[in-house]
Amino acid sequence: MSAPNKSYDPVEVEALKAETIDRAREDALSAIAAADSLDALREVKAAHSGDRSPLALANREIGALPPKARAEAGKRVGQARGAVSKALAARQERLEEERDERVLVEEAVDVSLPYDRVRPGARHPLTTLMDRIEDIFTAMGYEVAEGPELEADWFNFDALNIGPDHPARTTQDTFFVRPAGGGEVGPDDAGLVLRTHTSPVQIRSLLDREPPVYVVCPGRVFRTDELDATHTPVFHQVELLAVDEGLTMADLKGTLDHMVRSLFGEGMETRLRPDHFPFTEPSAEMDMVCYVCRGASVGNPDRPCRTCSSEGWIELGGCGMVNPRVLTACGVDPERYSGFAFGFGIERLLMFRHNVEDMRDMVEGDVRFTRPFGMEI
Amino acid sequence: MRAPLSWLREYVELPAEVTGRDVAAAFTAAGLEVESVERTGAGLTGPLVVGHVLAVEELTEFKKPIRYCQVDVGDANGTGEPQNIICGARNFAVGDKVVVILPGGELPGGFTISSRKTYGRVSEGMICSASELGTSDDHDGIIVLPPEYEPGTDAVELLELVDEILDISVNPDRGYCLSLRGLAREAAIAFDLPLRDPALLDVPVPNGEGHPVEVADRAACDRFVARTVTGVRPDADSPVWLRRRLEKAGMRSISLAVDITNYVMLELGQPLHAYDRARLDGPIGVRRAEPGEKLTTLDGVRRTLHPEDLVITDGRGPIGLAGVMGGAETEISSAAAGTTATSDVVIEAAHFAPRDIARTARRHKLSSEASRRFERGVDPEAAAAAAQRAVDLLVLLGGGTADPGVTHVSSVATPRTVLMPATHPGRVAGVDYDRETVVRRLQSIGCDVYGSDELTVTVPTWRSDILAPNDLAEEVIRLEGYAHLPSTLPRPPAGRGLTETQRLRRRTGRALAGAGYVEAPSYPFISARALTDLGIPEGDARLRTMTLANPLSVEEPELRTTLLPGLLATLRRNDRRGSHDLALFESGTVFLPTGEEPAPVRPGVSGRPTDEELAELDAALPHQPRHVAVALSGDRAAAGWWGEGRPADWADAVQAARVVAAQAATELEVTSAQHAPFHPGRCAALYVTVEGERVLVGHAGELHPRVVKALSLPERACAMELDLDLVEAAGSGPLRAPRVSAFPVATQDLALVVDRSVPAAAVERVLRDAAGELLESLDLFDVYTGEQIEPGRKSLACTLRLRATDRTLTAEEVTAVREAVVAAAGEKLGAVLRGA
Repeated sequence: MSAPNKSYDPVEVEALKAETIDRAREDALSAIAAADSLDALREVKAAHSGDRSPLALANREIGALPPKARAEAGKRVGQARGAVSKALAARQERLEEERDERVLVEEAVDVSLPYDRVRPGARHPLTTLMDRIEDIFTAMGYEVAEGPELEADWFNFDALNIGPDHPARTTQDTFFVRPAGGGEVGPDDAGLVLRTHTSPVQIRSLLDREPPVYVVCPGRVFRTDELDATHTPVFHQVELLAVDEGLTMADLKGTLDHMVRSLFGEGMETRLRPDHFPFTEPSAEMDMVCYVCRGASVGNPDRPCRTCSSEGWIELGGCGMVNPRVLTACGVDPERYSGFAFGFGIERLLMFRHNVEDMRDMVEGDVRFTRPFGMEI
Repeated sequence: MRAPLSWLREYVELPAEVTGRDVAAAFTAAGLEVESVERTGAGLTGPLVVGHVLAVEELTEFKKPIRYCQVDVGDANGTGEPQNIICGARNFAVGDKVVVILPGGELPGGFTISSRKTYGRVSEGMICSASELGTSDDHDGIIVLPPEYEPGTDAVELLELVDEILDISVNPDRGYCLSLRGLAREAAIAFDLPLRDPALLDVPVPNGEGHPVEVADRAACDRFVARTVTGVRPDADSPVWLRRRLEKAGMRSISLAVDITNYVMLELGQPLHAYDRARLDGPIGVRRAEPGEKLTTLDGVRRTLHPEDLVITDGRGPIGLAGVMGGAETEISSAAAGTTATSDVVIEAAHFAPRDIARTARRHKLSSEASRRFERGVDPEAAAAAAQRAVDLLVLLGGGTADPGVTHVSSVATPRTVLMPATHPGRVAGVDYDRETVVRRLQSIGCDVYGSDELTVTVPTWRSDILAPNDLAEEVIRLEGYAHLPSTLPRPPAGRGLTETQRLRRRTGRALAGAGYVEAPSYPFISARALTDLGIPEGDARLRTMTLANPLSVEEPELRTTLLPGLLATLRRNDRRGSHDLALFESGTVFLPTGEEPAPVRPGVSGRPTDEELAELDAALPHQPRHVAVALSGDRAAAGWWGEGRPADWADAVQAARVVAAQAATELEVTSAQHAPFHPGRCAALYVTVEGERVLVGHAGELHPRVVKALSLPERACAMELDLDLVEAAGSGPLRAPRVSAFPVATQDLALVVDRSVPAAAVERVLRDAAGELLESLDLFDVYTGEQIEPGRKSLACTLRLRATDRTLTAEEVTAVREAVVAAAGEKLGAVLRGA
């Protein structure tokens, strides 16, 4: 503890006179009130509340006073500084408000301006629609299987119970590859074809795996149709194959129902009509309830539906129980295993799910068509 | 197959209220595809009657010749007086019987008939043409009826004008439905009514008196029935009912004999052929064609026959392509055709192997009503009945006499039986069908069924498609109704989702789309020219293409070896349509043959092929890797209110490749290269490292100006293409997470002057190696060439960010790194510090 200060400087004491402090306080408050900008206020703040301001200097002298005088001077200086500080804050806030009203308004921009400097890209809707279908089935436990687009005709035809003389061999409008040596392809010659369906992938899957086999096979397929509003020689299919013990047509129906509900929402269902395919027996054509009119257009000429031609049903594709001959050709015992399969065209699905009217839009790669589809569908 | 409902009703007594739509619905449920139900005579109201043309006055004062006719319509007009009718058609004469609609009647399409003044006369009705009555699209002029009908007879009934016609697309397995007989069977089952089978006819026992027939190939022709009708009246015409039925079924009336063969074919499904006996030279034969033999078929085409073609012959040689089409020489003629009319007719009803007919039809690109049926299977047991039916009709309608000779060449065929547990259909369907149901359904399609648990099913001769238990199961299930199948879900084993390859493909697409690229898949068909337009030099593997035997366009028979021709065509199409700032990508298969692939084998299908066979099958296929390509033109960053745009350039193309590589968790090594179709100074070769090997995966850059010109692309178009499969192979496993240091960073900027030929990638590699583990990142921020640098040199300015994970770096440590880096660059690349 230091000894009390016995001597003091009269000049310094002057600074602590009551009227001096009061005057410094008044000067500060009026300067604050007079500051008309944030910059001016900053100067006022430095002059009246900074380290070299009269009140700061006075504060420093308090310790020099005799103990008796200290309390009173301290209180007076403290109150003065508090008042100045409060006035500064108030003035600061007021000036900031004024600035906000003025300056920030001046800085306003038109936020509705476009800013697509690098326009977003997109995946093709056929790709993303296939992804979506794959996801439905992988969630059920299926694998996604793939195979070559250029195939040996054994995979594309023979193994699928489409022998050399089967009418389907010609009706499927196949692209044949010219043999390396040139010449014609005879009906008995084995050759290469651009696959006419993704069914050869089913065959490869059965050859590659031991049952149970649950696969979904998406891919590009090829048929000799000229491009027009409803046909394209290159299109996409998704096929599904399930081979296990005890599979039934009811399982096929349930799987189809699940798929259309996943793609089109609750309440959708499928209908099977008997049909013929060499690779399935029994075979069926599968329809789904019209996604657009939900059947309301049937027999109602006031509400015609273009999507289903007021039939109430849309044809999706073919399906059936895997022909036991196909299982045999793949070395699977048809006495023990049965299976179901279905396949459908993605272009058609895209057409009615997204109201595409012309096949060519899906083929020509026009960015104006594809871009709005974005990343997922 | 077009089936008039009125005709169908002849064999199944469908209730009167059953409509064509009802039958269509039942057929659809039973597996027949009904394409349309056409209502004929809808909107037609009489009086429509037979008229007898009594007199014709030719009016010549008009622009076209007009006839003013007096027509006897009997009592149909209430007066018995002739009607005066104006007519513009000319294909009838006085004495002809025609079809007249009287005032008050209405034609299809809402055209009401009244007495009215026209061409200066009052016309009291109209003489009708087939198109006006809606029965045929032929504009042959007005209908002239055979003379036997009385004037005033109701023509609506006579012509069976009001009817419904089902047009049915018949699947390959349902050949029997290419006949009214087969369709009637399906209708009888669907409506649970008895069937009157038109093939149940008494047929005479074969004898040796008929027209001689010699079948050389009994496997291809297991049945040949020949019958003769003599003395057929040359002027005999097909009656109206016959012509109308053919018309409704979509066939034209030609002559009585031909019409009868067609009629019987439609009725029973058995194709027939009628020969003019006077033109036959000796016995009819069935054999394979001899090499070089020729035949002019009824369609007037002279065809060179193939040794596998099955032909019908007589003493002169081939007179018909068996089961496909007859020859012109033995064609039945009629009086109307202006040649000697036939009086003796030989009817052929034969059965041919589907395979032979299919091959011949395909070989000669000649599909006929007969070949369509034989390909799909014709009931061999119907041949005799069909011949009998034709004989009966020729006798009845042509005034002929049935010759007692009956030739019947046939091989004995045992009926096919299929064994099946009674529970099998239910097991296939997932429904419990009791044995009674199964047996009843199989009997309804014509099977004989024996046995209790294990059924022995004898298949009817017209169902050549039924070979196995599942075929029988389908019959039971379809007749019980697919609509009644329950909906259940199988339980697959737990799955593992997508493979890494499939994930990578999706990721790549998303990353490129995220970078502004729009996916644009193109066809794989290209022309050889497309590759030369890219400037691809001789010897380049990309010129080794596979070629389609039957391309859609003869211009584009090749399969692509690169994605660029298709993608650049898409770029051009977009540009021409007014989208100029383009960034496209494609991910797809290319076909890369070595030219050494062996021809594929054809294993059997009675069991799994051997591993050797499977290997041979795969060896026949060309390599088909998945490529990813991009194409760019115009601005990569658009101009706008914010300022200038930035044109797409080679660097964007290279960056796209890096984006793809990053998805595969690998990095590309980028070096300059010269490679078509790229600008020789702006082309990057892209490499990855797989197991220590440097592997070329693709190229990127600006396109060569000559390519841009040849393909009419936008100036400065850029592209990239790489092999995604190879990039994937270079990918590393799961990423090792970086250590993030919270200590302060030390930043060092360097400008190094090197020869211009030194790639930035090389500088970066040296700097990284020299900086060691303290280097957090290295960014090249400026490349300078110009006055302040000596000629042939360039300055690369970069920022090194240094940081340690465990301490704040000292100034000495930072300086040491900087000096090490500069020293290494000097030593390895001849670099000097700029300004030093």
